[in-house]
Amino acid sequence: MAKRLAILGAGKLGIVLAQLALRAGYDVAIAASGDPAKIDLTVRTLAPGATAMTATDAAQWSDVIVLALPLSKYRTLPVTALAGKFVIDAMNYWWEVDGEREDSIPSDQSSSEAVQMLLAESTVIKALSHMGYHDLLDEARPSGAEGRRAIAVAADDDSARASAMQLVNDLGFDPLDIGSLANGRRLEPGNPAFGADLPLSKLKEII
Amino acid sequence: MKTNYTFGLDNFGDIPLDESGEAVTHAQAIRQVVDEAILADKLGVDIIALGEHHREEYSISSPEMVLAAIASRTKRIKLSSGVTVLSSDDPVRVYERFATLDAVSNGRAQIILGRGSFTESFPLFGYSLQDYDVLFEEKIELMAELLKEKPVSWSGTTRTELADADVFPKTESGRIETWVGVGGSPNSVLRAARYGFPLILAIIGGAPARFAPYVDLYKQAAKEYGTTAHPVGMHSPGYIADTDEEAMELAWPTFKTAFDAIGKTRGWAPWSYEHFKREVAMGSLYVGSPKTVAERIAHAMRAVGAERFDLVYGFGPVKASDRMKMVELYGKKVIPMVRELLEKS
Ligand SMILES: NC(=O)c1ccc[n+]([C@@H]2O[C@H](COP(=O)([O-])OP(=O)(O)OC[C@H]3O[C@@H](n4cnc5c(N)ncnc54)[C@H](OP(=O)(O)O)[C@@H]3O)[C@@H](O)[C@H]2O)c1
Repeated sequence: MAKRLAILGAGKLGIVLAQLALRAGYDVAIAASGDPAKIDLTVRTLAPGATAMTATDAAQWSDVIVLALPLSKYRTLPVTALAGKFVIDAMNYWWEVDGEREDSIPSDQSSSEAVQMLLAESTVIKALSHMGYHDLLDEARPSGAEGRRAIAVAADDDSARASAMQLVNDLGFDPLDIGSLANGRRLEPGNPAFGADLPLSKLKEII
Repeated sequence: MKTNYTFGLDNFGDIPLDESGEAVTHAQAIRQVVDEAILADKLGVDIIALGEHHREEYSISSPEMVLAAIASRTKRIKLSSGVTVLSSDDPVRVYERFATLDAVSNGRAQIILGRGSFTESFPLFGYSLQDYDVLFEEKIELMAELLKEKPVSWSGTTRTELADADVFPKTESGRIETWVGVGGSPNSVLRAARYGFPLILAIIGGAPARFAPYVDLYKQAAKEYGTTAHPVGMHSPGYIADTDEEAMELAWPTFKTAFDAIGKTRGWAPWSYEHFKREVAMGSLYVGSPKTVAERIAHAMRAVGAERFDLVYGFGPVKASDRMKMVELYGKKVIPMVRELLEKS
């Protein structure tokens, strides 16, 4: 049976992740904020093979879910449907879209810790957040390929980390384990790793 | 049928440097754009598009004013915004200003509507980023109505309602040419198709070919909505000089300065030379001699399926004389070469 991946957010990042996952042989579900009919044409055209669902259905359907929605909208996540799942947080705080950071995230917390607080019954991993969506699309390469880029993974739970690292590898990148979920702060905007599109050794250096 | 390709020059009112390397004043930066547009008009460039920004590194906050000055001194070049930040503007005023520009220019006004890639206009004009989506959604709906140049009745949450309101001046052609500028968001592509606006893609990083599916999406969507799918345009930054070496040498520090300034406010790391070189080789920076740039533009237009290409020139602290030279090389050499390359294939 093919591996499943659900993606919440059908924008720039969500669509690229869907494309990469389909390419890697995954079954993919993708959701936006509302009625799946609204993204049907987008999904059919840009990520043919993926299924548009509601966020709740998508979360229920898969054991691994990527969050690719604006950070300031995280309180609208289907908390119950995400319970017991591995939730990969790819979201960043972006003033342009999210307004003041303090309005959505306590200032002493990394954004992924705030997401984990909300999703108390899920296991949150921070990954797939630091590379721009067009670099993700242009730079995905098979394992072992020369110049392959790396993506950092931060998590507290070992099996969750392993699952996210596997996904990163399947999508076309070398996973880099950077330790606890709190370390995810090092990937946030304003840090050298934010925007990084680098091979493993270089990414390690700057984190 | 022969495709009608068009070529534009886009500028945000960046502050050029004088011969001694000093930044000129905002006022001088604006006059520089007027002079460049006059030259572009003489050389047969199809469009000049001026962005709207409200920050220190860009001199143009009122593109229509600059375009009106250009109108009085040019004959055929189209006068466009690029983009008009509709979310923090009033569609009625936008219509009025551009209809006026259309009058003084004998029908050459053009609008590119967008959300803009900066949002400093929100706090400035008293809008909340919380309303980012609804502001654009409602205002583009009203704008589409106003552009029909018939009395409009409209109500929403973001401005006073209109009851059978007629807005003036009317244009002679009956319609101001209006495009929608989008970044990478599929939703914005659908929106342009829903209202039947032509689409221009802002492609500022990565391989342009990845935007080809967006063109399909636009055409598919227009079909399903029963609107017209117009030709698609693209806009990307570049730097043209006599030789590749010279262009690379001059372009690197200016692009680095400009992109690092943006990166600083958004939290991404400074540009490396490798990154720059990769963008030039296969990404979205059009840097080199006229021949190199023409080949890359033709290639990109084909890969994307675009019939309009706008070069963002003078991005960052570029010397005034080098900017003028760039306009000349683009108009005299690059455009004819791209046309020839596209027509050959
Ligand atoms: N763009 C990048 O290069 C990039 C790279 C790494 C990380 N990120 C992060 O990824 C996230 C998405 O960015 P983007 O650029 O893809 O934004 P985008 O193009 O604006 O897309 C956002 C998507 O999220 C959806 N959404 C909103 N609320 C939702 C909810 N409650 N459940 C499910 N979907 C919901 C939106 O759907 P509606 O249209 O229905 O509202 C839309 O499809 C952000 O946190 C960003 O920081 C972006």
